[in-house]
Amino acid sequence: MIEVRDLTKRFGDKLAVDHLSFDVAPGRVTGFLGPNGAGKSTTMRLILGLDRPQSGTATIDGLRYDQLHRPLCTVGALLEAKAMHPGRSAYQHLLFLAASQGLPRRRVNEVVSLVGLTAVAHKRTRTYSLGMSQRVGIAAAMLGDPRVLLLDEPVNGLDPEGILWIRNLMKHLAAEGRTIFVSSHLMNEMAVTADHLIVIGKGKLIADGPTQEFIERSSERSVLVRSPQAAALTELLAAEGGKVTAGPGNGGQPGPLTVTGLAAPRIGEIAAGRGIVLHELTPQLASLEEAYMELTAGSVEYAVTGHPPGPAAASAPGPAAVPAPTASGAEGSNP
Amino acid sequence: MTTTSPATRPATGPDSPAPDRRVGFGRLLLTEWIKIRSVRSTLWTLAIFVVVSVGLTTLLTWLTMRAFRAGQADARSAQIANDPVGFILGTGLGLGQLAICVLGALVITAEYSSGTIRATLLAVPRRLPVLIAKCVVFAALVFVVAEIVSFACFYIGAALVHSRFQVSLSQPGVTRAVIGSGLYLTVLGLFALAIGALIRHTAGAITTVIGLVLVVLPLTSLLPYSWGAHIHAYAPTIAGQLITQDKLQQSGQLLTPWQGFGVFCAWTALLLIVAAYLLRRRDA
Repeated sequence: MIEVRDLTKRFGDKLAVDHLSFDVAPGRVTGFLGPNGAGKSTTMRLILGLDRPQSGTATIDGLRYDQLHRPLCTVGALLEAKAMHPGRSAYQHLLFLAASQGLPRRRVNEVVSLVGLTAVAHKRTRTYSLGMSQRVGIAAAMLGDPRVLLLDEPVNGLDPEGILWIRNLMKHLAAEGRTIFVSSHLMNEMAVTADHLIVIGKGKLIADGPTQEFIERSSERSVLVRSPQAAALTELLAAEGGKVTAGPGNGGQPGPLTVTGLAAPRIGEIAAGRGIVLHELTPQLASLEEAYMELTAGSVEYAVTGHPPGPAAASAPGPAAVPAPTASGAEGSNP
Repeated sequence: MTTTSPATRPATGPDSPAPDRRVGFGRLLLTEWIKIRSVRSTLWTLAIFVVVSVGLTTLLTWLTMRAFRAGQADARSAQIANDPVGFILGTGLGLGQLAICVLGALVITAEYSSGTIRATLLAVPRRLPVLIAKCVVFAALVFVVAEIVSFACFYIGAALVHSRFQVSLSQPGVTRAVIGSGLYLTVLGLFALAIGALIRHTAGAITTVIGLVLVVLPLTSLLPYSWGAHIHAYAPTIAGQLITQDKLQQSGQLLTPWQGFGVFCAWTALLLIVAAYLLRRRDA
């Protein structure tokens, strides 16, 4: 259980983390989402005692990180991938970490084989690819068999096989009752991995709830309606509290209507009640990525200007939980 | 030099982590020992230290003796005649000390440049024991190597000047000067480590240390009046080098060799305390 209370961190005059409070419960994967620069990494570093907060506390099972006696046996963390000496082998890197916790050499061999690096463990890490370095970082996080894991963007640099491996590992570890806290700026990645989501923007908490709730909330937000009596229907729906936008017509046919504020069954009932013919009545499932972008729209640190809306805006209606291979709008917006 | 494997102890394995017991300081020494011996820069800088110190001592002593025998009464010949031990210990080690400066700075700055410091502080979040363990392991390693090299330089030099000058450890101040050379280099390494911990950038730290040792501190000898002489006498490495000299270099020396060494130790301790304070305060 990670408890963050009123955490604030300022770098110069920039507020990186702004009175942030949330809990991360054991037994599930908690996704930590936010655009680049939202303060995800800083929050993790504050929890881990690497950065000193201006105010607030972060505790793990009731203790500050620096109060843990063998921290790696309680908390495992993966921060940036290349956080090791390029001239030292992965094996020696893990060996000194093991020594610092009083863990046996045998444990180093175990985690090296867990992440599939046995063949290269004695090579200097400067020769490693990003994906291999990421695996060393995960091995280091797993070294003390911790019951709490913090992973900062763990899928970065991994190939599809590695991504699948990480996802399954996280789910497996959560199922064992551990606390898994994983950050990402990709909503679609989190949608398939996380059971619970904490969304922040500009250092502030934006949302904190089950992933399923996000998916449901972002679904069925609008309904596409086609009717030869579009004008009459528009008036009726508006009277019932719906917000209607008409699309461009096609020849003699009126254009499709996009209705928000009314669910599809209700629109059908209203139309039937007045004998209006409907040609189409389709709930529009906004992609999860789109919902996320809307949620964080006001809090993107490095906003792109002069560009059309991101790829999600053009996405076709479809099941929300299917991860589309799109980059999030926020990702490409680093200056 | 092999380490005892962590497996030789009854394993506090991940199955029984006993996370309520704090890790002993011995574990931190082992941790720092694994770190320092598992990067090649340690081996390289120490190898350069040995080769430069012993090589230059041999070469310069031999060349100067040859000139001396040929009757060239230049300044160096005069120096070797006046103080053969001071000449032997002052040549090769004077340049070799730069390798110790580089290693001292690197031991800490490489952690910052590579990001290893994060892994280290995640393992030992109280931070201060990390710095202490690092200093102990580094100082022990440098002390052993530096003493061996100091004695090697002395014996090689003594053999080379043997035909004209008798030098031996039994002469007044000589044993102290030879052992003192190793002590001076050990504290110099810690001095560099402290500056590395303050600056946290490899290039900046090495430049600062070498600039101080070779340029800034020796230049204090140009300061006028008695306050200038005091500043020069109490400058860290100037004071520290007194212990490496068997004879007084000039009359009216303000500090005895051991006092000078104490001044150097005090400077180094002061820098380490500031470094420790900042290590605890700063974001890693």
